[in-house]
Amino acid sequence: MSGHDHSHDHSHDHGAPAIPEGTDTFPAEVVARLEQDAKELIGRYPKPRSALLPLLHLVQSEEGHVSRAGMRFCADQLGITLAEVNAVATFYTMYRRRPGGDYQVGVCTNTLCAVMGGDEIFAALKEHLGVGNNETTEDGKVTLEHVECNAACDFAPVVMVNWEFFDNQTPDSAKRLVDDLRLGNDVAPTRGPAGLCTWKQASRVLAGFDDGRAGEGVQAAGPSLAGLKLARERGWSAPDPAHLPAQGEEEGK
Amino acid sequence: MTTLTPILSHNWDRPDSFTLEGYRADGGYRALRKALAMEPEAIVDLVKQSGLRGRGGAGFPTGMKWGFLPADNPNPRYLVVNADESEPGTCKDIPLMLANPHSLVEGVAIASYAIKSSQAFIYVRGEVVHVIRRLRRAVADAYAAGLLGKDILGTGFDLDVVVHAGAGAYICGEETALLDSLEGYRGQPRLKPPFPAVAGLYASPTVVNNVESIASVPSIVLGGAEWFTSMGTEKSAGFGFFSLSGHVTRPGQYEAPLGITLRELLGMAGGIREGHRLKFWTPGGSSTPIFTEEHLDTPLDFESVGAAGSMLGTRALQIFDETTCVVRAVGRWISFYAHESCGKCTPCREGNYWMVQVLDRLERGEGSEADLDKLLDICDNLLGRSFCALGDGATSPVTSSIKHFRQEYIDHVEQGGCPFDHTRSTLWADRPTTTGGNP
Repeated sequence: MSGHDHSHDHSHDHGAPAIPEGTDTFPAEVVARLEQDAKELIGRYPKPRSALLPLLHLVQSEEGHVSRAGMRFCADQLGITLAEVNAVATFYTMYRRRPGGDYQVGVCTNTLCAVMGGDEIFAALKEHLGVGNNETTEDGKVTLEHVECNAACDFAPVVMVNWEFFDNQTPDSAKRLVDDLRLGNDVAPTRGPAGLCTWKQASRVLAGFDDGRAGEGVQAAGPSLAGLKLARERGWSAPDPAHLPAQGEEEGK
Repeated sequence: MTTLTPILSHNWDRPDSFTLEGYRADGGYRALRKALAMEPEAIVDLVKQSGLRGRGGAGFPTGMKWGFLPADNPNPRYLVVNADESEPGTCKDIPLMLANPHSLVEGVAIASYAIKSSQAFIYVRGEVVHVIRRLRRAVADAYAAGLLGKDILGTGFDLDVVVHAGAGAYICGEETALLDSLEGYRGQPRLKPPFPAVAGLYASPTVVNNVESIASVPSIVLGGAEWFTSMGTEKSAGFGFFSLSGHVTRPGQYEAPLGITLRELLGMAGGIREGHRLKFWTPGGSSTPIFTEEHLDTPLDFESVGAAGSMLGTRALQIFDETTCVVRAVGRWISFYAHESCGKCTPCREGNYWMVQVLDRLERGEGSEADLDKLLDICDNLLGRSFCALGDGATSPVTSSIKHFRQEYIDHVEQGGCPFDHTRSTLWADRPTTTGGNP
């Protein structure tokens, strides 16, 4: 979940902000192409409207953000109003309301990561990139934000790039990471595909289209294996269903 | 002494653990075959007998939930897996789905068969792209192998499974908000009753279960209820992930019988990081009241943790040592709740907003002792008065931290600022270079 600035931005948009200005429709070529995708997504659900979140990811994969034209496309596909789409698009933090960079760099600053150094990493990146929360570097490469807990607390502090895991970061490693992103150097997540997708490519995966990269990367790493490794070392395992201890004799309860 | 019981994690050190071949090589999908030879009702009974309780935090008996589906409702039935893991500190379902997605898919197939559903959804949070890839691949491979889709394993059972990516909203972990979100609306909780069992997805009978709950089902089908209850305690049967994070030597996933203690787990994880001591911890995520050293020997099962004044929650053990400022920690959690409040009900929307103001003021040293009463007063207006558990949960860190660390709040007031050097808490604080140098 994308964050808000902890000290200045508590009046964020839970109400429905104005629908963004701009052209109302995609070019005919784009509509023709996306309609095929939309049809497939809608067909996966018993009721068409369930496809709205996937459709919003889809239009985000086209433009990098959810524009007025993108929302109009969703509305047309589902036979609902632009206002209904806008009400949903503004509720969920993963939909960008304005253009951003190719790489969304999210630093976890929820309590555990913040304490473990997420605050220092976020401060270092703001200074290094010369941008604030939810701002994009001038070259259009990196949008920096702080994010909420991303379910990788045992790898704290965590940085997400286009929603891929970069575990156990430090201010220095995070600065190198954003430098590499801006220079176009190869960057691979700690637990993820062999190379990083762009924001638009990642959005297409989120919409529901396979990019053929599920087999890349590790199955598990470091802390995920801590318990299993110890159990192997000590010969611990789950009870054998064929040889259960009689009731009342069990140890360690 | 309690020992670890790797079950869902038993194959995670296989590089191909996430593939259909890798999962099958370790006995995967044998449980599905066995289940499909049983009567659906017998599987519901088996899960009831096992005592499996929801692993998503609330601990409601899974089999009982399945049994609530009304027999006379003509609408289709749905199984919805809650894979929206977002509770701060909780980090078990994500590595499980990354390393072992087929255990979930197999559990989905068995659970759907048991509740007589032919359509299941896995609602996974959007912010984990690679996990979504792995889940979709697992589902596609299961279809191709005849383990999902039409006439599964030749038994006549049909099941479609859709992996649905969310879009960033903690509230969608609340089961009725999740259902609204899955229907294509803002994720706001619904008034209960009716409960999802009666009127869930598309107003049809629906079971919503956590990832770990469903992934545990195949092991129960294979091992039996007696096997499952041979682990854990009488009322908190079985095993679960205990996720250690923070100031601990070897953070990570430790799969163990319920009822294990933090002292035992810390012994396995190399203890608190060297040269430091435990200050406070959460037993089950940020919505569970914090514990201290005095709770090291509290058995981590639903009853014991409850009796000690907290909740087992998701077994997300966030460990903080003496370098950590509790006011800062709680303030940051409340910022999270304020950000994630859906805005539907006033106590949660306004209460969290104002608690952030008060906690920020206290952390900066600009608060007063009266602010503590103000916080407790706001918590009184939140707990039990908000529409869903998000608001209730937000009060946990506030009230428990004031109970255990009241003096630390007052120290901030008296010293006119935070008495802690936050850099001492960082991962790299005790390394030779303390500037966040090369790891």
